[in-house]
Amino acid sequence: MNNTPIISIKNINKSYSVGHNKLHVLKGLDLLISEGEMIAIMGASGSGKSTLLNILGILDNYDSGEYVLNNTLMSNLSEKQAAYYRNQFIGFVFQSFNLISFKNAMENVALPLYYQKVGRKQRNKLALEYLDRMGLLEWANHLPNELSGGQKQRIAIARSMITRPKVILADEPTGALDSKTSQEVMNIFDAINNEGITVIIVTHERDIADRTKRIIQLKDGIIEQDYYKLN
Amino acid sequence: MFDIDNWQEIFATIQKNKLRTFLTCFSVVWGIFILVVLLGSGNGLENGVKKDFKGDASNSIQIWQGETSMAYKGMQSGRSISFTNDDYERARQIIKQADHFSGLSGIKGTGIIAYKNQYGAFDINCVHPGAKEIKQITLVEGRFIDDLDIQNKVKSTAISTIVRDELFKNKKALGEFIKVSGVPFKVVGIIKENDDRDNRRIYLPLTTAQMIYNGSNKIYNIGFTTGDMTAEDSKKAEELIKTDFAYRHKFNVEDKRAIFIRNNLENYMRFLGLFNGIRLFVWIIGIFTIIAGIVAVSNIMIIVVKERTKEIGIRKALGAKPSSIVGLIIMESLLITGVSGYLGLLAGIGVLEWLSYIFKNSDSYFANPSVDFKVAIYATMVLVLSGTLAGVIPARRAARIRPIEALRDE
Repeated sequence: MNNTPIISIKNINKSYSVGHNKLHVLKGLDLLISEGEMIAIMGASGSGKSTLLNILGILDNYDSGEYVLNNTLMSNLSEKQAAYYRNQFIGFVFQSFNLISFKNAMENVALPLYYQKVGRKQRNKLALEYLDRMGLLEWANHLPNELSGGQKQRIAIARSMITRPKVILADEPTGALDSKTSQEVMNIFDAINNEGITVIIVTHERDIADRTKRIIQLKDGIIEQDYYKLN
Repeated sequence: MFDIDNWQEIFATIQKNKLRTFLTCFSVVWGIFILVVLLGSGNGLENGVKKDFKGDASNSIQIWQGETSMAYKGMQSGRSISFTNDDYERARQIIKQADHFSGLSGIKGTGIIAYKNQYGAFDINCVHPGAKEIKQITLVEGRFIDDLDIQNKVKSTAISTIVRDELFKNKKALGEFIKVSGVPFKVVGIIKENDDRDNRRIYLPLTTAQMIYNGSNKIYNIGFTTGDMTAEDSKKAEELIKTDFAYRHKFNVEDKRAIFIRNNLENYMRFLGLFNGIRLFVWIIGIFTIIAGIVAVSNIMIIVVKERTKEIGIRKALGAKPSSIVGLIIMESLLITGVSGYLGLLAGIGVLEWLSYIFKNSDSYFANPSVDFKVAIYATMVLVLSGTLAGVIPARRAARIRPIEALRDE
């Protein structure tokens, strides 16, 4: 396993203001993730796992500390820079798929490349390749609402991979799927991880977490447990 | 911002939201349509009233002789006032600001005009060269009556195109001789007047006509154009003439029937004031209609952004820069306002054309409703521009949406 840290987090704090009160969600978190790891982040709701994922995904900013992604310090980023780094380094997979409803499967997969200014033909060709890998080639021209949950999630995964990101962040990717489909999706994440892409999955399902190589257990904004599995 | 992908994105969203797009379009189309129709109708009304000046210059003043209706200095009422060359010369002396002067005398009734064996009854007007401006005559061929004609009492005549067509058919008229009540006159010019009713007419030099037909120095009617007089100046000129004529012809200045004065300038100015009022009114309504259109566009774009919050969040998570989101919204609003502004313009002009056709031959105070094309284009441009600006506020709001908030939006 390659030991270069792709993600380095030092003493990250994050709080939200709720009315007059401040809700301290992340309390001085430290975390090192090497390139090519497959990690599950677990914890009860309110433990801060989604907040951590949002910070990792540059979808949200943090109050203090240091977050280095791919040797670049992520702090005080403008919207434009954040968009650039997201597009270059990160692929997202969401619980609710977040496909654009009026675009067909191929167009949804191709969308990140649009923001990299890749030409239409080229990006549709690539999108079809990735759909083929997901076994969804024949569904390329279907709209999301014509597809099952598992199919939608595979499209979302294809979309997250098409830019060849360093890290794929998955927020409860199996939360809306039955257990059989969940295992299929996890097989796909395995395959992606075997290509050397770091995969970080937020989940509260033990059997999903068990399919990863490292489990980080959050509780009340700090890391309670962080262990590697030996299988 | 102008690449084809962006347009495909925009068309995709427009197609997705047909009703919304239609409603936005409609408010814009309506705004421009109303503005164009109002402006055009205002112009139509103005043209219709101008038509009523019967083709005489709008800055002309004419004086007719009348009959006294009041006893004055021992003279009974009912006495005819007759103008002569002296009155013409006198008027010229006292109205220095006038730029064109002319006696305007008809030979009583119409005269029989003949060319070889073709005959016709036409109006005969005996004038000075200044009549060309007072009657707003345009030359088609040759020249009008000139000073030499007047000085030398030359037998020359300018005839209207209708007279030419009826007497000469398709033959050349210029240089030919026509007989006016038996006396040959040489055709020196072919002319045209604004009003069709005025076009059955020939013009003769006043001095020649006086010599031949009434053998005296009578003038029935005197006219002049007011040059750069204001309406007030023209009113003063009118008074000046009245006083002077009253003194010389010995009638009461207050006598309204001794001489008649028609002051086109004053009438025209009054109408002009009216039309400035109407125009202002039309513009105010038009501008408020357009503002309503802009508000509608702005409103709908805000809803668009609200509806698309989640989509915008997804796009941002996938790497869309704020500029790309702003561009998307603004281009959509630009496209919608642009296309529908153009449609409104077409619809408005269409209706004006239709009105123009309907009122073509009617005698009402409405003629040729047209809109200044530049004004219409500017109005459309203003609307498109403001429609785009209307998109800016929601677009910037959209760009400020944080991706997690957007993704949470259900």
